[in-house]
Amino acid sequence: MQTLFRNPMAGPDVLGLTSGASLFVATLLLVGQFNPGFTVSLFQNPWSIALAASMGGALVFILIIFIANSVKDNTSLLIIGLMISAATSSIVSVMQFTSQADDLQAFMVWTLGSVGNTGWKELSVLSLIILGGLIISYALIKPLNGWLLGENYAKNLNINLDRSRFLIVIATGLLTGGVTAFCGPIAFVGLAVPHLVRLLVPATNHKILIPAVMVGGASLLLLCDMLAQIPGSTQVLPLNAVTSMIGAPVVIWMIIKAKRISV
Amino acid sequence: MFDLTNIALLTKDLVVGYTKEKKSHALFDSLNLSLRAGELVCFMGSNGVGKTTLIRTLTGLQKPLGGKIETINNQAVAVVLTDRINSAVMTVYDLITYGRYPYLNWNVSLSDRDYEIVEQAIKQVHLESIVDKKLFELSDGQLQMAMIAKALAQDTPILFLDEPTAHLDLNNRVEIMNILRSLCRTSNKTILVATHELDLALQTADRIWLATSDRKIVSGIPEDLVLDGTFDAVFQFKGFDLKTGKISNEASRNVSISLTGSGHPFLWTKNALERCGYFISSTAKLKLEVAEEEAKPVWLLTSKTEMTKFYALEKLLNALISRDTKGED
Repeated sequence: MQTLFRNPMAGPDVLGLTSGASLFVATLLLVGQFNPGFTVSLFQNPWSIALAASMGGALVFILIIFIANSVKDNTSLLIIGLMISAATSSIVSVMQFTSQADDLQAFMVWTLGSVGNTGWKELSVLSLIILGGLIISYALIKPLNGWLLGENYAKNLNINLDRSRFLIVIATGLLTGGVTAFCGPIAFVGLAVPHLVRLLVPATNHKILIPAVMVGGASLLLLCDMLAQIPGSTQVLPLNAVTSMIGAPVVIWMIIKAKRISV
Repeated sequence: MFDLTNIALLTKDLVVGYTKEKKSHALFDSLNLSLRAGELVCFMGSNGVGKTTLIRTLTGLQKPLGGKIETINNQAVAVVLTDRINSAVMTVYDLITYGRYPYLNWNVSLSDRDYEIVEQAIKQVHLESIVDKKLFELSDGQLQMAMIAKALAQDTPILFLDEPTAHLDLNNRVEIMNILRSLCRTSNKTILVATHELDLALQTADRIWLATSDRKIVSGIPEDLVLDGTFDAVFQFKGFDLKTGKISNEASRNVSISLTGSGHPFLWTKNALERCGYFISSTAKLKLEVAEEEAKPVWLLTSKTEMTKFYALEKLLNALISRDTKGED
């Protein structure tokens, strides 16, 4: 996403994809209120949540790209993304306000984020979705590299802009939606990992970047989860709190140290 | 030898412009132009006339409003635009490999032949010493050279450049134009450069495309366009005399000097005097001779009463100006 928007601040949570996914999951829950028992079965059916979250993510992404084509200015786009994020979050809040205690509890737990609530059934669904997203991402190495030079140069290098933009939307929707559905809206990792990885592996070629970001993201999340379990205690912290608590200072420190941040 | 009769690109009744709110705005109408293989063409026109739009259209980045563009064997065109590259941490070498992208599969693995072409592009624009630098470490001139190398690696018979010398100092501007010209001569490339550097264009271009105010483009060799007044009509020079290539100075001091001498010292003395508002006339009573003494220029100023020798032009000017204020003849 940072490549597509040529903006180092772009990320699924900043641009509202994660909250879009949340909105769709919350909508599912709200619909569930009107026929009791539906919600429970819903949370037991991993496909429906995954589908809802992916759709929510992809829809917000399409909306963002649509707006991006008319504003052309990265800063405005970022502000618009933040606004969309705020708007969807507020709709979710309204839904929470009107929903029943049980559903609310389920939803709240979901938003805190956790990688522990996934059984084999969920994992098999998640891995299929992730695999699909990753295959598309890999097929996009060349256009993604091309996007780094900007639309005009990419086009001059015979890169099909419309098709690759569409595929980037699909891949991002799948990856963000899939993870959000099962682990909750995990903040920060999507924005920070590419920067952390680039500071370690100074590459601009997506052939190197994509696997590096994959490994980096997974390692960071695993580390955060280990810390969330609080070694030597039975208490478990919400994963979302840990990712931001650990990650934000790290990114600030790295930016100050490296003096610059770029796509 | 390069062949100047070989056509590389043709336009047929081309209409160039943009569409805004479903209305077409034509910037150029029914253009019938051609580019020949191996020639360097400078495309000139006043600001805002549509130079960038025409380059974008000829490159295929935007659709023409009408007419056709034909290239030899429908071959691709490489382009250097004014767009900034945001990816600051990319190395020059990586940037140049982008030129090979049209020839690569999804996996972007470069073959030996691709690496050879990249190396050759680096050599052609003399970037050997900076290939490992990152883009943010480069000067504007070096960045422009890297973009040109990328375009060369695309290995197309035609190359378009939009304002490649903007924001560069004179030295870099001359270097870029020289490189472009030698590419035309040695690799038989066709190069079209949109520029507003009149002096450079006049001295390097094989031909000039001049955008006129009536949405046409006049094509001709630089000297013809100067002599037939086309340039004057388009640019409406304010205080610049194109035929002498100099800024016209008003003889504000009302003092005439007769100047004699030869070579560069003579020309620069003339420049200094005119710049300061003196009128050069062979019949003036005040005489200045530019001579040479021990391989250095000296200036001999002769008036009615005396003769003074100066060893520096600045001293001479100061003396002339103080004469002026005292009101001497």
